[in-house]
Amino acid sequence: MTDTHPAPALQLDGLWRRFGAKIAVAGIDLVVPAGSFYGLVGPNGAGKTTTLSMATGLLVPDFGTVRVHGQDLWANPTQVKRLLGVLPDGVRLFDRLTGAQLITYAGLLHGLDRDTVAARTADLLRAMALEGDAQTLVVDYSAGMTKKVALACALVHAPKLLVLDEPFEAVDPVSAANIRDILTSYVASGGTVIVSSHVMDLVQRMCDHVAVIAGGHVLAAGTVDEVRGDASLEERFVELVGGRVTGEGLAWLRTSSD
Amino acid sequence: MVAHILRLKLQLVANGLRRSAWQLVGLVVGAVYGLSVLAMLVIGMIALSVGDEDLRRSVPVLVGAVMVLAWWVVPLISFGVDSTLDPARFATFTVSRRSLLTGLALAGVIGVPGAMTAIASFSIGTVWWRDAPALLAGLVAAVVGLALAVVGSRATTTAALPIVGRRRVREAMAALAVLPLLLLGPLVGRFTSGVSVDADDLGPFSHLVAWTPFGAPWAIPGDVAAGDWGLAGGHALVALGSLAVVAVVWERALAYGLVHPAHSEASGKRRGLGWFDRLPPTPVGAVTARCLTYWARDPRYALAAAIVPVAPVVLWVLDRDGGALILAGPVAAFLLGWGISADVAYDGSAFWTHVIAPIRGTADRWGRVLAAGAIGLPTVVLFSVGFPLLTHRAAAVVPVLGASLGLLLTALGIASVVSAYVVYPVQQPGESPFQTRQGASTAALTSQLGGWFALLLASAPEVILAVVAVHTGSVALGLATLLVGVALGITFLLLGVRYGGRALERNGPVLLQRILAFT
Repeated sequence: MTDTHPAPALQLDGLWRRFGAKIAVAGIDLVVPAGSFYGLVGPNGAGKTTTLSMATGLLVPDFGTVRVHGQDLWANPTQVKRLLGVLPDGVRLFDRLTGAQLITYAGLLHGLDRDTVAARTADLLRAMALEGDAQTLVVDYSAGMTKKVALACALVHAPKLLVLDEPFEAVDPVSAANIRDILTSYVASGGTVIVSSHVMDLVQRMCDHVAVIAGGHVLAAGTVDEVRGDASLEERFVELVGGRVTGEGLAWLRTSSD
Repeated sequence: MVAHILRLKLQLVANGLRRSAWQLVGLVVGAVYGLSVLAMLVIGMIALSVGDEDLRRSVPVLVGAVMVLAWWVVPLISFGVDSTLDPARFATFTVSRRSLLTGLALAGVIGVPGAMTAIASFSIGTVWWRDAPALLAGLVAAVVGLALAVVGSRATTTAALPIVGRRRVREAMAALAVLPLLLLGPLVGRFTSGVSVDADDLGPFSHLVAWTPFGAPWAIPGDVAAGDWGLAGGHALVALGSLAVVAVVWERALAYGLVHPAHSEASGKRRGLGWFDRLPPTPVGAVTARCLTYWARDPRYALAAAIVPVAPVVLWVLDRDGGALILAGPVAAFLLGWGISADVAYDGSAFWTHVIAPIRGTADRWGRVLAAGAIGLPTVVLFSVGFPLLTHRAAAVVPVLGASLGLLLTALGIASVVSAYVVYPVQQPGESPFQTRQGASTAALTSQLGGWFALLLASAPEVILAVVAVHTGSVALGLATLLVGVALGITFLLLGVRYGGRALERNGPVLLQRILAFT
């Protein structure tokens, strides 16, 4: 490394967000280096989705700044959003469009021309194994297919930074492997990916960096090897977050008792 | 087990109330409405019980029959009235089908409509309280009638589920069901004035109804009071027989439904990209294409479009001479122009696609305006030119056209601003249009009223000119109306889109969070 560090792909400084009486995100600082495959893990309700929403322009932070490749997202949203590809969790799509129409729509909204959109839509449908359902309304898709077409929408404008909230939920193993390949080669070619997940194994295998979030704070962040030390990521996660119930457990739950 | 299901239903009602104060308000409003109907019914029955004996035999049969029929048919159209206790949810539990049936049937009486029907049944059944055997028969008949209503409603909904479960059918039925309701008010107002109730007409009709499953139980006490045991036996046979039939139908349908859960089948294949192929490949073109696709494919938009041709029919019904028909153009202009004020709310959480896209707010606004305009402009021109000509008022064409175009363009402009500031809960795609969302805030209401007031002010010049021009028949004033309407309309549209677009860029994430909070 020289002294002219390239700006990190994503830099969060002191992000806060409160919903009513509940503080969902309480001062999160995070640096996602360019070209990294970054995993964001945390228990349910840790503030992962809130953090990612603020990092992608979907939610206004109460305090703090978001920088994407050095540019302030909330100061100059229209410019910075070009760099971002986003897959949010728990939202609808424009599901009265067909799969092909939806991807085309996302491409056109990002200012691509017709030929580029058509070519990329075809490529993405093939990569997501959705060719056969390109002309089916998205409302008739299964949960996994919906996730895949949403991912295709996030990729169509070739963003520099991909932010994916729970991208593998409900996706079948074959499609998940295909998506992992796409993401890995995207990172290899210089892109940056942030995924949130609560599947530790997946994050340990797939990501090179990881941050553990709980209660709206970052508990640990760094390369996967730094964070997990000698243990597995799952063991380290449980150690950081706590909350394991030990003891006898459900003694009566034994089929051999009679 | 039956007690468990009943307790579950009570708990569900209670939890629903605890969830939001607005739901409680909705319940109270519904209860007040229902109670006033119920009170009228009970008072009517009390009056009957001491009044004319002929009416006492015929009216309860008709009232009871309408009630049972409503239970059978209304849930079919408005479907999913009570899906809280969907039998499919019990599929994994070891509940015997008999206790499941009993439990669900009894649970059907719990809740506002059920309780009110129960009270209504007993007030109908006890009309003959002065005659002891008839009172006894009436009490039994009330139970049978109530059971017939509840079980029959379960039978029709369960049996129709495989058909109604298909998205297309459901949406089409939902859209169609609203239309007669819209027409009901004016039609009733028109025809009741000329019709007077005549006991002689009711008699034969009620005899006929008494032999249907809907009317049979309610006829029994009258038969007993008259000492006509043969007739009473016959009606009892019809009532009990019908009850047995609907119970068996329900049981069979339930048994089938539990093993063959309704699954949504994919609709037919389409080719190409539709409007996306035909419109320019820019953000504005894309939003327009998306909105146009939604106007055709989303039943909520389709319904809004379907109401427009109803407007002239309502006007015609209200004023048979046809004088009011020249208002069809302006009314359609208002409906279609103001329609986009709910556009962002209709997007629901899918609006995130626009929030993360690097588009100008004006691109979003223009896309929606152009799509609504593409439908609104031809309709408004057709109505404004067609209806004055049809009613032989050719002189009114130009001023009406001026006022309509002014209204349409101004409404599009002002709605573009309103929908960038306010979203309110609307039906999500696929929900029943009957399911009014509770919790529309006062902010939403004031924004609508404020928007209408602004629209009234902004379009006042061309509207006033049009009124004067139509009354005086002045050609010059008519042309002036057209000129002013188009010029002012375009001005307000441009201002509205620019200002609304700027507001949207600022407010997009806030609007999205509010939408997410509704669901």
